[in-house]
Amino acid sequence: MGRTLAEKVWDDHVVRRAEGEPDLLFIDLHLLHEVTSPQAFDGLRKSGRTVRRLDLTIATEDHNTPTLDIDKPIADPVSRVQLETLRKNAAEFGVRLHPLGDVEQGVVHVVGPQLGLTQPGMTVVCGDSHTSTHGAFGALAFGIGTSQVEHVLATQTLPMSRPKTMAITVDGELPEGVTAKDLILAIIARIGTGGGQGYVLEYRGEAIEKLSMEARMTICNMSIEAGARAGMIAPDETTFAYLKGRPHAPEGEEWDAAVAYWKTLRTDDDAEFDAEVVIDAAELSPFVTWGTNPGQGAPLSASVPDPASYEDASERYAAEKALEYMGLEAGQPLRSIKVDTVFVGSCTNGRIEDLRAAAELLKGRKVADGVRMLVVPGSARVGLQAVSEGLDVVFKEAGAEWRHAGCSMCLGMNPDQLAPGERSASTSNRNFEGRQGKGGRTHLVSPQVAAATAVLGHLASPADLSDADVRTPAGV
Amino acid sequence: MEAFTTHTGRAVPLRRSNVDTDQIIPAHWLKKVTRDGFEDGLFEAWRKDPSFVLNQPERQGATVLVAGPDFGTGSSREHAVWALQNYGFKAVISSRFADIFRGNSLKNGLLTVVLEQKIVDALWELTEKDPQAEITVDLESREVRAEGITAAFELDENSRWRLLNGLDDISITLQNEPDIAAYEAKRPSFKPRTLPV
Repeated sequence: MGRTLAEKVWDDHVVRRAEGEPDLLFIDLHLLHEVTSPQAFDGLRKSGRTVRRLDLTIATEDHNTPTLDIDKPIADPVSRVQLETLRKNAAEFGVRLHPLGDVEQGVVHVVGPQLGLTQPGMTVVCGDSHTSTHGAFGALAFGIGTSQVEHVLATQTLPMSRPKTMAITVDGELPEGVTAKDLILAIIARIGTGGGQGYVLEYRGEAIEKLSMEARMTICNMSIEAGARAGMIAPDETTFAYLKGRPHAPEGEEWDAAVAYWKTLRTDDDAEFDAEVVIDAAELSPFVTWGTNPGQGAPLSASVPDPASYEDASERYAAEKALEYMGLEAGQPLRSIKVDTVFVGSCTNGRIEDLRAAAELLKGRKVADGVRMLVVPGSARVGLQAVSEGLDVVFKEAGAEWRHAGCSMCLGMNPDQLAPGERSASTSNRNFEGRQGKGGRTHLVSPQVAAATAVLGHLASPADLSDADVRTPAGV
Repeated sequence: MEAFTTHTGRAVPLRRSNVDTDQIIPAHWLKKVTRDGFEDGLFEAWRKDPSFVLNQPERQGATVLVAGPDFGTGSSREHAVWALQNYGFKAVISSRFADIFRGNSLKNGLLTVVLEQKIVDALWELTEKDPQAEITVDLESREVRAEGITAAFELDENSRWRLLNGLDDISITLQNEPDIAAYEAKRPSFKPRTLPV
């Protein structure tokens, strides 16, 4: 019988297989950041171990980094210690590090792909659950805990039990104005936050094949919000074109050998998945969340659901709690929800295409009075690219704040946070209670919905904007 | 890691589903660079509410958390496991755990036990009615016992052996170092390296 993409990549990385034991997998790329690595380096030090493969390891700073005044000392002493700890560990153990202020600094899941370090058929790990992002290249990529970070540093391997596989087939074409973010939010609402638990998801079908690499990263990024450790998309010409010429992409004969291998990384026609979900792309529309987990979402055209409509008692209770926390009423149209803050950025939607999409809608328009909009590029390079295209000017003329790269308000470990009771439309990945700041309320949206919401002051899609909103001549 | 054989203790019934790791330990606690001192951050937002179950005097000293489905979703932060352990929990029972959280817990000797929801319901009822009721989590016989309840649970033999003996994963893996070296020797040369180019 044939094998799925995930099974092929898995099999190619088995270092050791023994009856009754998890497989020992080789790890091709280990990404590090300041939050989940200090205790791992400490463990190495205590046991007198070193980093086995410095040439497969790279670190950057993202979770704690400020997005303003990056040339000044970091104000929060605890954040500063954590960043200094990473710098000390990188120097002591010899790990390549891109610190704050470096041109290659940024959110770890934006940095890896843009350097060309993430390639098809690789195993990629990082002490961060959104490592699933790299699956967009046909890599098997998953988040790990700090004990596993230490394990990979010491051995470049991980003992892992083979996951099951689930196909998410998206047939047809996404309607105009419907993005990868809307699609993944709809998938999570459909299968639930635990639906992918124990599985590697493979996104396939016509709608997926038509997506750009950046849109594919948005999809795979949020696999973890459906409970799946990894999500994958088979590599194709779109993938190869994205990689060609990147700093760490193979060249010459090596490129040819790599592409020949990459082309084998497709699920065989006679392979069987353990589960399959089919989605009709044509039925989708802009999608937003109303609750406090990423599965609590609905089309923007819908209303806040009535908890009483849930048959399952624990879901009903979760919906009641969510409405209470979010300060929403059952039956209230989602479009009527007013926001205080709009955040564009994160490993989900902080790449150049995301910034272009938001800027296109903001061009000549203004952020609504009383709304604060933060635009945070996913990496320093994305920021530079945006500046070279004049996007920063568009954002600033619209009244948005243009910031430096980092995780920023996605999780509020730096000063970019919501105040208690404040409500955001956010292009990030988690709407958990307090995620963006204590008492903060988060609605997950696409960059396009974020931009339209910023202009109108309430949850809105680009279709809600009219030419009348264009108040000033275009900035560029 | 500390070995886990069997544990008996009072319980905290947590009737919530989808308890994500941001609830277990909020992000601002993640700035610490040690593995201890996270106990005050455990369920920090909910603990501000005096009626929250963890704040009840009769729950002080409880060591078994009985949680709703999909416990530990979201972020991979191992700090969530450390916070539960720092607070004093030895075992967590739920009908479904998020994968990364489960892996992290088993690597730290916090036993996560999967039981059917109807057994979880029975444990909730028992421990809500009688806060002094004790639950035994027996890894040797793979069984959870409480008054009127006996339920077998599954855990793969390899994880069980590591927990029972408190074995360090890295030492076990390094016993197979020649296999790693052999694999490395045959990796294709087109695979990328992180060294500056």
